[in-house]
Amino acid sequence: MLDKVLFYFFAGIAVASAVLMVTRRNVVHSAIFLITALLATAGIFLQLRAEFLFIVQIILYVGGIMVLFVFVIMLVNLDVALQQIQFARQKWVALIVALALAGQVGVMFWTSGKMPGQGLPVLTAAAAEHLPPNSEAVAKSLFSTYLLPFEIASVLLLVAMIGAVVMAKKRT
Amino acid sequence: MNAALQATLEFLKLYWGPLLCGVAVVAILPLIVGYIVLVERKIMADMQARLGPMRVGPHGLLQPIADAVKLLIKEDIIPENADKLVFWLAPVLSVGAGLLSLAGLAIGPAFQIAQDINIGILFVVGISALGIFGIVLGGWASNSHYSLMGALRSSAQLVSYETAAGMALVSALLFTGTLNIKSIVEAQSKEGIWFVLLAPVAFFTYLVASIAETNRAPFDLPEAESELVAGYMTEFSGFRWSLYFLAEYTNMIVVASVATTLFLGGWLRPFSGVPWLNFLDFVPPLLLSAIGAYCVLRMPKQPTRVQQLFMLAVAGLCFVVALVLAAPVVLPVIKPSLRAAVAPFYAGIHGGFWFIFKVSLYIYFFMWLRFTIPRYRFDQLMRLGWHFLIPLSIINVLLVGVALIAGAYFHLQGWGLLLVTTPAAVIALVAAFLILAVEKEHDARQEQTAASDFYAG
Amino acid sequence: MLPIEHYLFLSLALFIIGVIGVVTRRNVIVVLMSIELILNAVNINLVAFSRLYGDVSGQVFALFIIADAAAEAAVGLGIIIAFFRNRETVLADEMDLLKW
Repeated sequence: MLDKVLFYFFAGIAVASAVLMVTRRNVVHSAIFLITALLATAGIFLQLRAEFLFIVQIILYVGGIMVLFVFVIMLVNLDVALQQIQFARQKWVALIVALALAGQVGVMFWTSGKMPGQGLPVLTAAAAEHLPPNSEAVAKSLFSTYLLPFEIASVLLLVAMIGAVVMAKKRT
Repeated sequence: MNAALQATLEFLKLYWGPLLCGVAVVAILPLIVGYIVLVERKIMADMQARLGPMRVGPHGLLQPIADAVKLLIKEDIIPENADKLVFWLAPVLSVGAGLLSLAGLAIGPAFQIAQDINIGILFVVGISALGIFGIVLGGWASNSHYSLMGALRSSAQLVSYETAAGMALVSALLFTGTLNIKSIVEAQSKEGIWFVLLAPVAFFTYLVASIAETNRAPFDLPEAESELVAGYMTEFSGFRWSLYFLAEYTNMIVVASVATTLFLGGWLRPFSGVPWLNFLDFVPPLLLSAIGAYCVLRMPKQPTRVQQLFMLAVAGLCFVVALVLAAPVVLPVIKPSLRAAVAPFYAGIHGGFWFIFKVSLYIYFFMWLRFTIPRYRFDQLMRLGWHFLIPLSIINVLLVGVALIAGAYFHLQGWGLLLVTTPAAVIALVAAFLILAVEKEHDARQEQTAASDFYAG
Repeated sequence: MLPIEHYLFLSLALFIIGVIGVVTRRNVIVVLMSIELILNAVNINLVAFSRLYGDVSGQVFALFIIADAAAEAAVGLGIIIAFFRNRETVLADEMDLLKW
């Protein structure tokens, strides 16, 4: 019961924040709503008992990436941009196509597992009490099975750091 | 509807303890912060050879209440063209982040609001990092150039020192193998040695980084009065400003608690595992009785009757607390059969005393530094963070890892680990200073040939 | 854990809102933020399935996606700053010349 309440609470905040984020005129308000959407996503991770990912989402996404976004928004803040048209000219076509995509995928989710004769087993998740400690499980997997992607990710972050610094430097 | 009510009752039955503690903390914390500010002003006065607040109440003890009343009745000014939503939200974010991270801390083995989080320390550090948004959005919402500059400088400083603080915590966490706060303190109890001795470089790095994290002097350029008025806090008046102030001191308590848990042994008595030093258990009640006796001795010297009565009241309070502290240690001596029954009380009360004592020492050190060292200029601050502390903390993590492997190879434990970790600390410090020296030389050479460098910009 | 369809629909909703943001808004910073929303939707999907199958690989992959999103946000914002310095605009419609 608590699971359900938590899920609907966080899911409601996530979807509402996402809609508000995409429609605000003021970019700083959009950033604030993205922060709340990311916090709600972290709440969903916590509800799924993925506590390491919950805190990583808060530290990295909200505490790192969004701070970067807010910095850049303040650097490129244009008052004249507030008065201009916010949505591109293709907005109606884009909306219809996106909703068509949503409908297709939604129907697929709705009917999967309900059609007769598919032969797929119906899965139920393990009860929360039988889960191994999350941080240790993630760490074990990260440093044994997925060691190569881990090293590649660190090289990727190094490259991105150097690239961002070079690009944002002022030319004398 | 019935199901929702049932669900709420079930939730309350499970979590009524933490909820009550949370509400209590939120209610009492402003009072505690007010008195920490009074203590700071008294210490500042003492270090500047004067007396500090003395008028409001005996020895100035009602000063925080006067300050609180003043702040609450001040006019709430919102700048013109300020974004009202964000202006309202910014102090709330700061205070919210600080209070939420307080929930993950453990004062004693049984005093923890958010019980037994698997990711304990990481939760506290991560949530307290959310306070950056309060600063940045507050500075932006004030619609003033100086506020925005102060906010950007302050948040740049916070972000820069977060990495160094995180790496310092990682070096200490290498000894525990877990992020759970109770397990960290139990690891220090098991090893018999506090991690401040095993990882001194990490403690030093965390000390400096935590001063920068809380915007305290000597790293308080963004909020110094002679620089940017009050930086991001300039346009906030009355209750909003008091929220920011509360957030700053709550952050101080949080970083002090994290350092105490991870480095100074949490709620452990010094030498907690050594049985022949058990007489140290009597130190807390004796200390408080000594303070009480001192108050009684000074009573006749007080100028007015009110102050004399007040001194007696303080002495009475000290004696009561000393009695509470003495009970769990004296009763087993008188009646050895009571030892098992009294043990949880001992752990809780004495653990709480030692934890608060160590946190107070750490905060006293913050205050001491504030009134001793001049302020760092902003570029000096960034240079210290990026060019010294981050290389130092990263090298320290590597070397502590190597030291641990060497220690496991030679089957060292407890105090024996000092044999491997001390050389690691020395090498890390030497390496970091070498890096700094090489850079200084490079900078000196660059200044001579500045015109020919494309990226000198 | 709730039946998996709940998480799938939540993930779909966030994904579609992110896609609408990317193709509809003119401000490139909002476009970048919508991309972050899309990545988060995918993360929710991965973590939900990881919980369903009891395999922690989903969470490890979500971790890599978060690291990747950080790198991408940094580089993207660097490009925006460099472009803003030259052309004083952040609207996608006005970024229409390869070289001027």
